[in-house]
Amino acid sequence: MYLLLLIGGIKAIIVLLMMLNLSAILLWFERKGSALIQDRIGANRANLLGIGKRLGIPNLGIVNTLIADSLKMFTKEDFVPDGADRFLHGLAPFLALFPVLVTFAVVPIGDQITLFGHVIQLQAADLDDAALYILAALGVGVYGIALGGWASNNRWALLGGIRATAQMISYEIAMSLAIIAMVATYGSLNLQEIVRAQGGVWFGFLPRWGVLVQPVAFLVLLTAGMAESKRVPFDLPEGESELVAGYFTEYSGGKQAVFMLTDFAEVTLVAVLITTLFFGGWQVPWLYPDGFHLPGGAHLEMARWLVVIIGVVAFMIKAVIFCCFQILIRWTLPRFRYDQLMRLGWKVLVPAGLANLVVTAVVIVVGGH
Amino acid sequence: MPLWLFIFLGALAVISALGVILQRNPVHCLMALVMVLLDIALLYIALGAVTVGFLQAIVYVGAIMILFLFVIWLLNLRAEVRSEGHLALKFFGALGASALTAELWVFVSESRRTGGLTERSPQFGSIASLAASIFSQYLVAFEVTSILLLVAVVGAIALARRPGPVTAGRSESLPADAATRQAGGVRQAGGVRQAGGVRQAGGVR
Amino acid sequence: MTAPISYVLILAAAIFAIGVAGVLMRRNAIVMLMSIELMLNAVNLTFVGLSRRLGSVDGQVIVFFVMTVAAAEAAVGLAIIISAFRNRESVNVDEFNLMRW
Repeated sequence: MYLLLLIGGIKAIIVLLMMLNLSAILLWFERKGSALIQDRIGANRANLLGIGKRLGIPNLGIVNTLIADSLKMFTKEDFVPDGADRFLHGLAPFLALFPVLVTFAVVPIGDQITLFGHVIQLQAADLDDAALYILAALGVGVYGIALGGWASNNRWALLGGIRATAQMISYEIAMSLAIIAMVATYGSLNLQEIVRAQGGVWFGFLPRWGVLVQPVAFLVLLTAGMAESKRVPFDLPEGESELVAGYFTEYSGGKQAVFMLTDFAEVTLVAVLITTLFFGGWQVPWLYPDGFHLPGGAHLEMARWLVVIIGVVAFMIKAVIFCCFQILIRWTLPRFRYDQLMRLGWKVLVPAGLANLVVTAVVIVVGGH
Repeated sequence: MPLWLFIFLGALAVISALGVILQRNPVHCLMALVMVLLDIALLYIALGAVTVGFLQAIVYVGAIMILFLFVIWLLNLRAEVRSEGHLALKFFGALGASALTAELWVFVSESRRTGGLTERSPQFGSIASLAASIFSQYLVAFEVTSILLLVAVVGAIALARRPGPVTAGRSESLPADAATRQAGGVRQAGGVRQAGGVRQAGGVR
Repeated sequence: MTAPISYVLILAAAIFAIGVAGVLMRRNAIVMLMSIELMLNAVNLTFVGLSRRLGSVDGQVIVFFVMTVAAAEAAVGLAIIISAFRNRESVNVDEFNLMRW
């Protein structure tokens, strides 16, 4: 019993650290990537004792973003505005971060491995109802933003909070419909099973990825996920040019760092969800548990542990690709107006998701797969 | 379910429930209620009803409580002053509640037939078994519930709508209506969002 | 040692009683609605506990429907409070006394 607890604890810590590191790296990529897109240089001043400059390496802004920014955030004065609710003001950032982080627990990172006679699934928690758990966590994630806006005793923050809450609960429905469509297609709520069902090929060479089965659900989930995490083009609640900083306004120092971390953690979460549901998770095309079966007939034998490691690496690469995609979209598209945003959520995504679900159901009943 | 887990969840639920009825600030009451609801969701999961537990988190915590929060914002309710209601009312309320608890306690512990929790298969509370029951035996109730939700949505919107001309044309004579037609307007946004919250409660079933 | 089912039922009874006390003691309409939600949840907990004890999934189906009805009732109740607030500028139920003698 204690061995299981230990294995679970180690898995949880590894997954948590992996996702937090990915979020931190995304912060750097956002600054440098946005600079590239906007044809400027970006952060390149901070360095550690001039080491990089002496060695002749161009300053990529890593020290600037990962070390200097973090130090700055956590050493700034942390104030609570006058008349604000102290308890809720302090609770809100963590209430926003917690559901996003715990959702990473059910994401399968790799195939199962067998250590010391125990079969270990490479996901922190092997839930049979993982998809429901993700939906529940998304629902709870609204509270941090709502309370952050309200507890600041600031009408712009409240307005940002109201907009953010309305946006999040609207796009939650679209996300739920997309996830439910995938669950119906694969017949299981367990994410590891969904990923396993995406192995194999059609017609000898096309990998059985979910995006080829449900392209509409993929688009709905991608859009709704970006709206849920309030990224541009959906970032009106944070309205950098309109609402001061929206529900962020009265936060400084460590609490603002936690809100920023929530932002990047949600980007990572959406990328990871899309990878798991639509792009095969840790499945590499033509890679089976005993090696590569290439579509020419070639067969490459590989050890089991090597296959698992390639799966994990493939998962990370796919997640990073989708994170970069979201960052690219952020710096490319202009912001939506609020009524456009609501119209997109309710009048486009929800009907599309519902129609997709109906078609899926009909195909499943008629086809029987 | 292990006893220590139950004692922990039970104590948390009772303390949070007391917090709901005793707090001055309505938003604090709401957060205490969210705590109770999450606690009860955990109890459901510990009792083997996994689907209902997650549904509780999705529907109750994620939708209905947000609806409450929106209404508290919309009405701009502040923390209340001390003197609220008659003291006699409070006293008899507390007395009645304790009497009710004691009576139910005695009733429950006297009935020997309840017994302990037997083991159930993992399929017991799964979504498949629930769906098999809903879509076969309780199908009529399911369909009637969907109509009920539609009626509730329409009713809520009709009740909470601002009193004004029903015609769809612009009415310049009423400045309030003209003002609410702009894209700002917290109350308008709040009213529509509240309807959005209701749809959310109906959409995720 | 597992918890006997009577403990679950007693907990549900306690939460129900707290909800009743809330409805009787508080004069804020929204907090009264919240207390009603407490009562509904206590009833749900009883249903789930007995469903586990008797091994029948019917209890959970009932909980599913109760949750849906509670959602509808909360929405309509809050709409009523909003429209009443527009007349009285208050959510204190003591102030809605037009029809009292």
